[in-house]
Order: sequence, then C-alpha cells, then structure tokens
Amino acid sequence: MKKKRFLALGLSLVMALSLTACGGGNDAAQQPAEDAAATEEPAPAEEAAPAEDTAAADDAAGDAQTEEAAGGDLSADITLWTYPIGNWGDSATVDSLVASFNAKYPNIGVTVEYLDYTNGDDQVNTAIEGGQAPDLVMEGPERLVANWGARGLMVDLSDLFATEAGGEIYESVNAACKGTDGKYYEYPLCMVAHCMAINQNVFEAADAMQYVDAENHTWTTDDFLKAVQAVYDSGQTNVGAIYCSGQGGDQGTRAIINNMYSSTFTNAEHTAYTANTPENIKALETLYAQDGINFDAAINGGEEITLFRNGTLAMSFCWNAAQQTNTDNSAAGTTNNGDTILPMLFPSDDGKTELCGGIWGFGIFDNGDQAKIDAAKAFIDFICNDADQVKDSVKASTYFPVRPTLTGIYDGTEIADTMNEFSTYFMPSMGDYYQVVPGWAEARTEWWNMLQRIGTGGDVATEVETFVTNANAAAAQ
Amino acid sequence: MNSGVKRTSAYQIVSLVILVILAILFAFPLYWIVTGAFKTAASINATTPDWFPKEWVLDNFNKLFSRQTAPLWEFGIPFSSKFSADGKPIIFTAGPVVPAAIRWLVNTVFMAVMAMILTCVTSAMAGYALAKKRFKGQHLLFTLIVCAMALPKQVILIPLLREMSALSLYNTIWAVIFPTVGWPFGVFLMKQFSESVPGEMLEAARIDGAGEAKTFIEIVLPMIKPGIGALAIFTFINSWNDYFMQLIMLNSTNTQTISLGIAKLQAENSTDFGLIMAGASLAAIPIIAIFIMFQKYFTQGIAMGAVKG
Amino acid sequence: MAKSSNIPNRSKVLVRRETRSAYLFLLPNMIFFVGFVIIPMILCIYTSFFDSTMGKNAKDVFIGFQNYIELWTDPIFLRALKNTFVIVLVSVPVVCIFSLWVSASIYKLKGPILSTFRCIFYLPVVTGSVAVTVVWKWMYNNYYGIFNYLGQGLGVIDKNINWLGDERFALWCIILILFTTSIGQPIVLYISALGNVDTSLVEASEVDGATNFQKFWKIKWPLIMPTTLYILVITTINSFQCFALIQLLTSGGPNHSTDTVMYYIYYTAFKRYRYGYGNAMGVVLAIFIALLSAVQFKLAKEK
Repeated sequence: MKKKRFLALGLSLVMALSLTACGGGNDAAQQPAEDAAATEEPAPAEEAAPAEDTAAADDAAGDAQTEEAAGGDLSADITLWTYPIGNWGDSATVDSLVASFNAKYPNIGVTVEYLDYTNGDDQVNTAIEGGQAPDLVMEGPERLVANWGARGLMVDLSDLFATEAGGEIYESVNAACKGTDGKYYEYPLCMVAHCMAINQNVFEAADAMQYVDAENHTWTTDDFLKAVQAVYDSGQTNVGAIYCSGQGGDQGTRAIINNMYSSTFTNAEHTAYTANTPENIKALETLYAQDGINFDAAINGGEEITLFRNGTLAMSFCWNAAQQTNTDNSAAGTTNNGDTILPMLFPSDDGKTELCGGIWGFGIFDNGDQAKIDAAKAFIDFICNDADQVKDSVKASTYFPVRPTLTGIYDGTEIADTMNEFSTYFMPSMGDYYQVVPGWAEARTEWWNMLQRIGTGGDVATEVETFVTNANAAAAQ
Repeated sequence: MNSGVKRTSAYQIVSLVILVILAILFAFPLYWIVTGAFKTAASINATTPDWFPKEWVLDNFNKLFSRQTAPLWEFGIPFSSKFSADGKPIIFTAGPVVPAAIRWLVNTVFMAVMAMILTCVTSAMAGYALAKKRFKGQHLLFTLIVCAMALPKQVILIPLLREMSALSLYNTIWAVIFPTVGWPFGVFLMKQFSESVPGEMLEAARIDGAGEAKTFIEIVLPMIKPGIGALAIFTFINSWNDYFMQLIMLNSTNTQTISLGIAKLQAENSTDFGLIMAGASLAAIPIIAIFIMFQKYFTQGIAMGAVKG
Repeated sequence: MAKSSNIPNRSKVLVRRETRSAYLFLLPNMIFFVGFVIIPMILCIYTSFFDSTMGKNAKDVFIGFQNYIELWTDPIFLRALKNTFVIVLVSVPVVCIFSLWVSASIYKLKGPILSTFRCIFYLPVVTGSVAVTVVWKWMYNNYYGIFNYLGQGLGVIDKNINWLGDERFALWCIILILFTTSIGQPIVLYISALGNVDTSLVEASEVDGATNFQKFWKIKWPLIMPTTLYILVITTINSFQCFALIQLLTSGGPNHSTDTVMYYIYYTAFKRYRYGYGNAMGVVLAIFIALLSAVQFKLAKEK
C-alpha cells in the first residue's frame, strides 16, 4: 500500500512538473522572444559594419599584416562539416589544423562534425531543411557547386579567387568551382585523380602480369579483359565488382565504363548527360559478360575496398593516393595479408585514359549571418592560402595541391615516393571534371539504380537510355 | 494412452531441437558483437570465421574511446535559442569531457526514459478521460487515435522537420522525444485499461467529495498500473530503437544517440569491423544488463498488461 | 457511452464540469498529439498539392492532384507499396503464429530453462535494430558471410548467393531480420498469458477426454484472445516502422526490390529533392494504414 501511494505521489509530481514545465516553457519562450527581438535589432547592425570593413581589407590587400589585425576582430562560432577526405575525416588531425587557425583567430570558435559518404548528404540535406545547415562544408564541386550552390544555398566566394593565391589555381579546377551562374561556390584545397588497383601477387600467381605495363601503370582494354579472365581461370572467381548499392565511390564505375572504349559521361559543355553512346553500352555489355566481374548491388565503393584489401577481390575500381598510403590494417600499399597493391590507370582502347578527378575544398552555407560568413571566409583563407599553413592542410588530405606553386609537400615524409609516383603517372591523366552538370545529385542516384537494373539482367541499351532520360530531366529542372 | 505419450515426447524432442537451433540464431548476433569487440584486427578480418577470439584485446574499445570527445551531459533551457543573444541554446550545466560514445549512450538513455515518462503520464490521463468521461468530439478524437496509431513517422517527415526547425528544437533530443510522446498508441492502450475501472467506484469517490485529481491518482492509477507498466516497456524499447527519428532530427556529435553513432561508424569505417563491433556492444550491453536485472519485472509488467488489454 | 443511460437527468452544470475536466485530462497529451502528429499531417496534405523542392531558388508551384496522378504511374512507388504490404502481411501472421508456437512449447519448462529461452528470444529486441543489423550484414555477405560459408559447407548451395544483392532474396532477408527483432515481445506475452490459464479448466476437459488440440483450441485460445489482439496491434505497428533495416542494409535496392513506401518517401525527399511528391506518398500510405487500423479495430471489437 505504501509502495502504491509512493508511486502515485511520484507520478502526480512528475505530471505536475511536466504541466508547469509546458506552461512555463511557452510563456518563457514568448516573453523573452519579444524582448530579445527588441534588443537584438541594433546588435547585428553594429556588427555588420566592422565585418564589412574586414572583408574589404582582406580583399584589397591580403597581406599578412592587415590580416593579423583583422584576426583579433573577427568573432563568431562556426560549424565545419567535413567528409572523410584523407585525414580531414580524422578528428585528431583536424583538431590540430583548427588549433593553428585559432592561434591566429582566437575569437572564432570552430565546431567540427564528421560526415560519411553513405549518409552524409542526407545529413546535410536534413540540416538544411531543419534550418541548421553548417557554416562551412568541405567536399567537392559536385555537391557544393552543382547541388547546394545551384539551389541558392551557398555564398559566392569570388573574392577569395581574387586573391593572389586564388589566381594561381589551375584553370580546370577554377572552372569546376564555378556555378552555371558564374559565381564560385567552392574554394578548392586539394585534388587527386581516381584510379584503380590490382593485387599484384594474385596477378602474378595467375600469370596475368604479362598483360600489365607495371612500369607505366597502364594497360589496354583487351589486356585488361585477358587479365581478368586469367585471374578468374586461376581459381579466383571474384576478380572485380561493379559495386552499386549506393552512390559511394561511383566515380570508379563511371571511369572504368567510360574509358574502356573511350567515351564520355557528359557533353563537353557540362549541360547534358551523354552516357548512352555505343561505346559505353559496349563497355557495359562486355563487363556484364566477363567472367569474374560481378555487378554487386549489395556493396558500395567503400565496401569494395574492404573486399579488395582482405583478398576477396583481385582488383578495386575505387582507388587513389590516399588509399595507397592508408595504413589502417596493414603496411601502406599492401593488402591485409601483405600482398602488393599496384595502382593502375583504367584500361583504354586508345591508350589515353581520362581519369576521373576529385577536387575538394570549402563552401559556405548562407545562413544569413554576416559575421559567420566572414569568419568562415577567414578560415578558408587561412587554411588554403596562408603560406605557412597550406602545406599542412593539403598534407592532411593526402592528396595534391591545386596550385602549381605549391611543391614538395610530401618531401621527407614516409609517403613521398608513393606521392611522387602518383603525380608522375596518374595526375597527368586527369580528365574533364564533368561532375558539375546540373542535376548531378539526382543523376548519380539514377546511375547506381541503372547499374542495379543491368546487374539483374536488364537490357543494357534500354537501361542506359532510361538513365540518360531521367538524368537529363533532372538537369533541365 | 501409451502411444499418445510416446508421440508427444517425440514431438517435444523435435520441437526442442528446432527451438535450440532458433535460440542459437537469435543469440548469435549478440554473441558475435560482443566477441568481435574483443578480437584482434587480423582475427576479425579473417575470411574464414574465427568462432571464438584466440586473444582478447581492448584495442577496439581504445580506438572507439580515443575518437571524438563530448561533455557527459549538457542541460539547456528548452527553446532558449529563440531568445538567446547569439542564437544558441543557453546551457546552464555541462558535464566533464568524456569520449563521445559515452555521451551518445547518455543521450539515448535520457531520450528513452524521458519519452517513457512523458508518454505514460500523458497517456494515462488522456486514456482515462476518453474511457470514463463524456465530452464533445469524443468519438471523433477516438477515431483519429485509432487511425493514426499505426502510422509510420516517415509519412510526416518533411513537415515535422520544418516544424522542429521553426520551434528551434531541431538537433535537440526533444525533437525525437516529442513526436514519440504524441504517438497515440499509448492513449489507445490506456483507454482500453481504463474501461475496466468500475464506474461505481468513480461515482462513490465523487460523492465522498474527492476532486478529479484525487480520484484519478487514488482510484484510477492503481487500477491501471499494469497497463502503465506495459506501456512503459513498449515505449522505452521503441524509442531506444527508433533509428529513423534520430537520423532525421539529430546531426551533431553532442546530440546524437548510440544507434546513430554505430550507423555512422559503420558507414565511415567499413574497413574496421572491430571498431564497429565495439560500438555495437557498447549500445547493446547496458540495455541487456537492465533487461536481465529486471527480467521478472519486465516480463510480468508486459504480460499483466496484455491479459487485460 | 453505456454509462450515460444509467444516469439520466444530469444537470447542465455537471455536464459542463465533466467536459471541462475531460479536456483538462486530455490537454497534456493533446499538446503532443496535435502538435507533432496532426499539424504535420495537415501540412503534409497541404504540401502534397505542390511541386516543392529544396533550396532558396525553389518556389512551390501549385499543381493540384498532379503528384497523386503521377504516383499511380510510378512503378517504383507501386513496387514499394506492394513491398510494404508484403512485409506487413507476412511478418504479422508469422510472428503471431510462431510466437504462440514457441510459447506453447516452452511455457511448461522448468523455471531457469524457461527464463533462459525467454531471455534469448528477447535479446534481439533489446539489442537494438542498428546493432543487430551490423552483424546481419556480415552474415549475409556474398563473399565471406556465414550463410554462404555454412551453406557451402553443408552442401545446401553450390555457389555463393549474394543475399542482399539479389532481387529474389533481398526482401526476404529483411523480413527474416524483422522477424527476429519483433518476436521477443509476443513470446513473453504469450508465455505469461498461457501460464495464467486456469489449470482446473484444462484438467476438467482432460477428464472429458479432450485431445491436446481440442484443449488448446476450445479452452486456451479464447482465454488468450486479448493477448493475441494486443500482439496483432503492436506487431503491425512494428512492421510499418521497418526503416532502419532497409536504410542500413540495402538502401531499397537492388533495383528497388526492398523499397517500402516509408523508405521511398525518405529517398524521394533527400535523394531526389521532391518534397511534394514525397508528401503525396505519405498521404496515400496514411489513408491505407488508417483504413487498415479501422478495420482491424472493428473486427477486434466485434469479437
């Protein structure tokens, strides 16, 4: 009985509390909200004036001294969301980068969140809809320019491109960062050419290295197919996978298909999708028919890499310098059981491979707060343009700089040799950065859906046609 | 008679075998999570399964705990970002800095307990009113409740997101709790239970001069207590497992839940299975410990509820 | 309702007082119910008549019933609708029947054995769907998953099956996990419901020479009917909430064979940025579910 009474008392207490809390909460929310509106009004005006000054100062001079002075003035709390771009997805590395930023700008607080390629886009999209988009986001033009930028959510960064460092950026990279409206929605930090990789030990055991030009990391389409067959015949039934459970790593599947018979994914003007060429269709049909290549709708790029590393697959289509230098599970450049990983260009029938490029940099979401935008710009300027800082920032990505004047970044590091190899044999093959065609987000969704349909027996020509129709419909919107 | 006994026992043996096989299937995921968390990287990445860890290591937990950090708790004033000067919620207390995974666990427990308490209290009151009072719109309300009961939250995904944003609740744990409390299954259940409270008792209490609140607390509540137990357990578990609302409403290290944390670990590190397992066991072990400790209460609570419901 | 006929001639004051107290009792819950279910639902219906997308350049364009018309010609939506009902129509009866069978087989076992079994069947429920999914994903893996490993070892299959990557199996794989995570609660409920059946009734029927089946069907089944109804309701709710499994395991693939309407709404909103269309789907699903719930409730009431 006592227990019951105690329970009843407890419940009623909680109830009363919750009731008052609700009532009180509402009152509190309404009352001070009005007060705050009144007091808040003049505040932004005061802030806005010096903020513009500093921005102007940055633009005009960009020399260290004015910036130093500006550093103390800028004050805001900003959020930075990064995708796992090399070590930019690792909190210890990013913390040290932010710490060096804060040494110069002590009054700008940077809160970092780490996204992944499976759910990251959805997370940003829900945040946009929830009214809490990050101030700064780090990713490539396909998201920043073609998607969020095109939707009017991003801030124009033309003034950053007007700086001395901004003027040095490679023309092709500069073009990729510019939206169709002529505004810049991304300021680039680093880039890489995505390639593929093979398990050299497995290839040697299957006597397939004869098809590979290991010195130059090249092969022809015919040799590639022969090599796959040889590995398959040697008993390794899973040679490669056209992964398509989602969009993660989809540049790899596009690159292998486009290069095999030298075709393109979009037109040169970046206005429409042209994947329905006879060459692409032939490539898809060839891959589908090839022993040892599975269209796997259960895995994405990241999982394909896992399978490659643990020896299940003999090749990966989702490779780059950062993968080659990764030491999570074993020494750099080796699989989990110590086999040698040989990075390769995608096979091509005309000997000229166009690698799909990756460009990464920063964009600023327009959250309507000038102080935050200025702080975010200061962050970008410091990370990408500050002469003492930029090398560390690029190094953290384990990719390559976007300016020709930045050299010797990896000198003296353990990965110097690998990085040299990549810049000699792979970076020159970087192709057109076409991932900025309007409707890109929808188009890549259509792409993996198309691969799934082909993988389950759909007619290649029909499915590719469907893809192009749907993708171009999204591009036209 | 004799053959009858024999047949039953043969049937019993067969069914026992099936049950044991099933039990293994049911227990296996948990077994694999917990052992996986203590395996070495080589062992967990082995292509032929290592059924039992040859070597128990804490590497995975060390890795999990050396990632991001967060304060153990933060209590802010609800809606305060609406009127605070810098547009951020006013936080009046924050705990010591701990590994973020621990914070996620705290968030999850807070969320589930809060949702449970609020649901039980509000539903018990509303269910009683629906069952024992007459008022305008009663029939309409009850129809609405029945129709909305099985409605998946995905249906109102976008409007709910915008609403939470407008209320400045987006990316707070309340954005997950409130829709759970609003879900009308609890009211339905409580209404069914309150039907069994005899009207004469309520009438007698009224004649004795007891107020509405007193009648509810002293007469109704004790009678529907089993129902509240059932609802409490149902809400707690559902809210613990409600990955969708968490996915939509929470987006920062400090606010997210353990389920979200594991899902992110999985997406980020598909190469590091041990780390994912460590995260998963961190999520599973506390609630299983709670379950085993209170097993009797858990099972009786639900069961008594159902018999009457 | 019955009460009102018992007590006629209530004064207006009393009626008003009762109404007021009823509203007060309802108020706390209604704040949440109206605020976070009804209002969003109304907004959902409203937006479903617009072509609405994300972004600042986006303008909502009123297009009437266009979204609804498109739905019925969208093969993916129709497939998702079918999958949703397959999941519910398969998992609800299977969970109910199976949990009853399991409970009936174990409820007479000795205390510790019973509670061990009960605990094991309840484990997936409390482990949480996300944690469980991590392991299932590995178990279903095409290349080194345990099902292929055991299947090949036992000679049941001669070639690895890509469980989640194959249209024929993917949905059933999802249903199997859903089954393991939703059967725990019904088992617990049935065990105690069966344990509460009055033994004297059963003994009396034994004297009359009833078979096991008769004993069950004639005596126990009617007594555990309320439990069954409760289980039906919670299992239906759980099956409709099946989202995490799909999002984490297949993202609706391959080829939309595991899309449910719930997942397709999310996909439409955040991968295709078509909010109006997503909301129209939500409205259609809500109507279906409301009808289903109403029918279920009517049937339950008649019994």
